[in-house]
Amino acid sequence: MTVKNELIKSILASIWFMFLTFPIMVIKVNTVTDTVEWRWYNMAVVGIGSFFISMLWRYLIRKKEEGSKKEKKDTVGPVQRILQDKKYFLPGIGAALLFTIFFPHIFSMYQTNIMISALIYVMLGLGLNIVIGLAGLLDLGYVAFFAVGAYSYALLNLHYGVTFWIALPLGGLIAAFFGIILGYPVLRLRGDYLAIVTLGFGEIIRLVLENWNEFSFGPSGIANIPKPGFFGFELSLQATTTFTFYIIVLLVLFTIFVINRLQNSRIGRAWSALKDDEVACQAMGIDKAKTKLRAFALGATWAGMGGVVFAAKTTFINPASFTIWESVIILCTVVLGGMGSIAGVMCGALLLILLPEYLRDFGEFRMITFGTVLVLMMVFRPGGIIENVRNTYKFEKSSQS
Amino acid sequence: MLKIRNIQAFYGNIQALRDIEMDVREGEIISLIGANGAGKSTTLMTICGVVPARHGEIFFDGKNITNMPPDKIVALGINQVPEGRHIFPFLTVMENLDMGTFLRNDTDEIKKDLEYIFELFPRLAERRSQAGGTLSGGEQQMLAISRAIMTRPRLLLLDEPSLGLAPIVTRQIFDIIRKINKENNTTIFLVEQNANLALHIADRGYVMENGAITMTDTGKNLLSNEDVKKAYLGI
Repeated sequence: MTVKNELIKSILASIWFMFLTFPIMVIKVNTVTDTVEWRWYNMAVVGIGSFFISMLWRYLIRKKEEGSKKEKKDTVGPVQRILQDKKYFLPGIGAALLFTIFFPHIFSMYQTNIMISALIYVMLGLGLNIVIGLAGLLDLGYVAFFAVGAYSYALLNLHYGVTFWIALPLGGLIAAFFGIILGYPVLRLRGDYLAIVTLGFGEIIRLVLENWNEFSFGPSGIANIPKPGFFGFELSLQATTTFTFYIIVLLVLFTIFVINRLQNSRIGRAWSALKDDEVACQAMGIDKAKTKLRAFALGATWAGMGGVVFAAKTTFINPASFTIWESVIILCTVVLGGMGSIAGVMCGALLLILLPEYLRDFGEFRMITFGTVLVLMMVFRPGGIIENVRNTYKFEKSSQS
Repeated sequence: MLKIRNIQAFYGNIQALRDIEMDVREGEIISLIGANGAGKSTTLMTICGVVPARHGEIFFDGKNITNMPPDKIVALGINQVPEGRHIFPFLTVMENLDMGTFLRNDTDEIKKDLEYIFELFPRLAERRSQAGGTLSGGEQQMLAISRAIMTRPRLLLLDEPSLGLAPIVTRQIFDIIRKINKENNTTIFLVEQNANLALHIADRGYVMENGAITMTDTGKNLLSNEDVKKAYLGI
């Protein structure tokens, strides 16, 4: 009975699709000879194709539902088990490190460049992860801090000749300051309202940069930003790229270290408590305002530093690099990867940035594929690629009695 | 210990508290009873600094704490178990208790308190690695009270600890409240709908109506008072 039902539903879906795509897939007007071409063959392809996709979809959904009934006992997925098991974890990390160290020597400069931007996004994702994953504050204007970082390096360098190494911490600090500026007015907001205000904030920063010509040179941007220097030596283009790659790798490692420490600290605990229940937090003596501001400031710091690296890498920045779309991508990396999980966010960022690059061959279908992957992810793994596993405390039986 | 003088509080233009005056002495159990919307919870919230007092003053150990930020008030030793429990649903029982020690640094004492709590509530010990949201209502209330005890309050404010609990669990909770009061000399300020139980364990009681205190006496006297009997005990 159910199989018959499914079949009928799939057939209906395929008929609907044939109807929908009829005008574009079947009718073709030949403007030269003024005749209409009827391509019935395409219709058949769409019909059969959508029928099978629909069947597959139903099958997967059903399997997922059955799985979720059974799985309840064993919530830890295979990836987490590997991450938690020292036996696999350490060699895995070692191999990954070795691979990253030799990456610029094995692959071409083009590949290295792509990897650098992917790693910048890893850093951004990890930073946003503090705000969203740990503190539970939905921030849609995160790219603003990225812009602040990039512009602070570009402008400081232009006017005062500040070098990359000084600009790096400075950019982080300035972004943190902006984080606090954004944080103050939104302290009382939650959920959707917070998202809207942060979205507006991101746009304000971009519009200011675009229109304040005297300050930021408007849409024409700032060019000739120096690449990171190596103790004053002039490096070839190839060598600078490799050097930048190592810098961003180190920064990412540093980010992971700090966030890992934060997660297990008192303030990390305060964040996850704040995410759960604000009233109870106050009853526990947590300063709500300070805790939220800290989340915004710390999250923004990483974006600022990422911005400095970005400016140094591309040597040219203009407001077009900091549109709302970037915010959305960063948000996607966090959500797709798994909120609150460091490994997940890294995975998500690498996937989201590298996938469109390597899918370039697909041309205009690139974005469709991208969208499909996102939809599939949300349906089948709503917790992200690598779900965050909260620390579990294990106690011996004897202490329980 | 706690002195409340002429407190007035407003929600927008609506006056919730009218010239509240109360005294809480060290080591006492005080019950505040009243109908729905009388302003009992608002009184607690005003003490904690969550609802601002527009007029009047609150003193804790002689220190003026009126309109201080909530976290500073907690640091002074006043802790509230909010109405409806408000535990952290996604943190484990252990982590919930950990949150109670947020302002403390004395590791050894924390350990002792933890043992004390597991003695009071063996159920929590069994469930310590379980997420707070998966506990039953009674267990959540136990957790909320335990979490408050972990802050080592000198004054514990309890807002409707019997809310939504079975009578037998309610009685358990009240026994524990009395025990905490005796053993740790924790002063307790109890806000309750269940007037009978609340007045039974209370040293003194206050009756509240429409945002004002209408009666105050010892718990025993209030229990035998004709008006209270009629209005709140249903006798």
